[in-house]
Amino acid sequence: MARGTIVIDVDRCKGCELCTTVCPQGILQMSQGGFNARGYRPVELVDPEGKCTGCTLCALICPDVVLTVYRYDPRRAQVVD
Amino acid sequence: MARELWKGNEAIAEAAIRAGLEAYFGYPITPQTELLEYMSARMPALGRVFLQAESEVASINMVYGAASGGARAMSSSSSPGISLMQEGLSYIAGSEIPAVLVDIMRGGPGLGNIQPSQADYFQMTRSAGHGDFHPIVLAPSTVQEAVDIMYDAFPLAEKYRTIVIVAADGSLGQMMEPAEMPPMRSVLTEAERGAWAVRGAAGRPKNVITSLFLNEQELETLNLRLQEKLKTIQMNEQRWEEVETEDARYLLVAYGTVGRTCKTTLREARKQGHKVGLFRPISLWPFPTPRLRELADQVRAVLVVEMSAGQMLDDVRLAVEGRCPVEFYGRMGGVMPLPDEILEALAEVEAKVKAEVEAKVKAKVDTKVLSLNLNL
Amino acid sequence: MADRNEITQEMVLEQGNVVYQRPEALAETLTHYCPGCTHGIIHRLIAEAIDELGIREKTILVAPVGCAVLIYNYFDVDAVEAAHGRAPAMATGLKRTQPDKVVLTYQGDGDLAAIGTAEILHAANRGENISVFFVNNAVYGMTSGQMAPTTLPGQVTTSTPTGRDVKVHGYPMRMAEIIAGLPGACYVARRAVYDVRTVRQARKAVMTALKTQLAGLGLSMVEFLSSCPTNWHMTPVDALTWIKDNMAPYFPLGDYKVADEVQALQ
Repeated sequence: MARGTIVIDVDRCKGCELCTTVCPQGILQMSQGGFNARGYRPVELVDPEGKCTGCTLCALICPDVVLTVYRYDPRRAQVVD
Repeated sequence: MARELWKGNEAIAEAAIRAGLEAYFGYPITPQTELLEYMSARMPALGRVFLQAESEVASINMVYGAASGGARAMSSSSSPGISLMQEGLSYIAGSEIPAVLVDIMRGGPGLGNIQPSQADYFQMTRSAGHGDFHPIVLAPSTVQEAVDIMYDAFPLAEKYRTIVIVAADGSLGQMMEPAEMPPMRSVLTEAERGAWAVRGAAGRPKNVITSLFLNEQELETLNLRLQEKLKTIQMNEQRWEEVETEDARYLLVAYGTVGRTCKTTLREARKQGHKVGLFRPISLWPFPTPRLRELADQVRAVLVVEMSAGQMLDDVRLAVEGRCPVEFYGRMGGVMPLPDEILEALAEVEAKVKAEVEAKVKAKVDTKVLSLNLNL
Repeated sequence: MADRNEITQEMVLEQGNVVYQRPEALAETLTHYCPGCTHGIIHRLIAEAIDELGIREKTILVAPVGCAVLIYNYFDVDAVEAAHGRAPAMATGLKRTQPDKVVLTYQGDGDLAAIGTAEILHAANRGENISVFFVNNAVYGMTSGQMAPTTLPGQVTTSTPTGRDVKVHGYPMRMAEIIAGLPGACYVARRAVYDVRTVRQARKAVMTALKTQLAGLGLSMVEFLSSCPTNWHMTPVDALTWIKDNMAPYFPLGDYKVADEVQALQ
């Protein structure tokens, strides 16, 4: 299974929570800490076990292009090595 | 080019085509429709765009679209249709897009009738739509003059990135007269189009044409720029014709076809020994105020003649500023004033002026006598 | 082979590749839309299609009046701002004088289905070769929530305080079906953006619409059922559910016109 992650442009997030409802791994939540520059509570990736597969569902539903999704597929990497 | 017999509406259409018109959008309305019909045949034949739209509202917005792309585009209509176009005109003015519109005025208000009229003067020169803006308004009085003005309208609109309205009345649109057509010029080349035009952001930052400025400072800045442009237009683009004003004691002021009627009136008056001149504004906006003001110092009275209740009358009064009496003779509802009616009006003005002069002289004499009595 | 658990996030970032990012045709400017407003998703789908078709440099966008009035700030394409409801007329003027350009309008339900009905009907009837992206969120958003032509029966808005009464305010207008009935319209579809599945379907419809225009076939229109959390007084998440449960039944998703030539494109 590919291994992925996301980069969150924190200050773009308007705290709408849509992404948290579509993540199959349930590793997105609204930050319990502070607010972003616009005063919204932004989304946070909490993925200690590295469950993110880079499936891009969160980015598909995000209205503000907050999330950039990366994917690293070890099998393909092996071919490259 | 030879002089040929032309119907006003068709001559105006052909002149626009020769000026490199790329797109015509219009809607049928008497007394302007022959202009549209002429376009419907000629434009496609030249591989140019002709479209009869679903309304005047759509027509002016199609012009706005084509012109935003840097194309020479125009529409034409008559009074009620022009009312429908006012929102579009305001957007075009607010985004400084060059566009040309022909208004063949008809009797109003409301459905009015299809007879000639000049009752849309205010609509074009005071409020062609919401907000502070003024299209350039040019009023031909002959078919030839309409052709010349039309040919010049596009470069003029592009020079200032503004709207030019060619304002005629139903009689000019419908009459036939000999006229000579200017040479055909081709459609604008890419290089000739405005750099602001939206033609696809290829190899350059995007162009955005909008009249929306939510920030009030920005909108004021735009308005200041528009006002500056209007001052420049006022300085450079005033046009008028004078007939026998050198020794005139009385001045007729009239535009368009009424201006022509006044020429006949003037010839008749001169025969009867009256020193009458004619001042015929061709640019209704910018109004030729300075020159009229000079003439007001020279004449005893001004008689304004219009096919309306008196609208250019206001601009004449502003120009004359009390230097001499300004009288008015008008016909409405599509009735065209005839020379002898104007002669009568002129006679009344002369009588009135003479009466006032005598009254003043008499008053002066009385005071003199009074003072003599006192001295005795 | 590195075990899946040993791969750290840093490794993914350094050695992995980007599988999703902002499309080039979408400007970086953050939109003014309310949190969770799906205008943002629809903008992105159109930008993605423009990128995929490589037409950014020959696209001209006609902006409406309404929430999307500032759309020209959010796309990196040439754009013009039309008067309320007049975008199809402006697009007609642009497309007829620049037939080689891709001309698209983006309009809300007030813009297209109320004040601009004549313009869209006649543009479609003439088969103008433009693409119309029509966002139906059942209210006037920019002016804070009045009844729109597509407001549902019984729906409370700031101008139907006791709910839309069809006997007084008429019925919600189904524009996809109406436009599909005109011969000049050769691709008309209604999509929604209330979950990942519908977002994917919506993106396909956008592609088909633009391909229809590129093939010069005639008018293409995609109606999107979209949300308005602020004026529906709902959370963004509930608003998406509201589309599915309330709007979609009245405005069924699907293809309403697919001319044969368009069929061949898909």
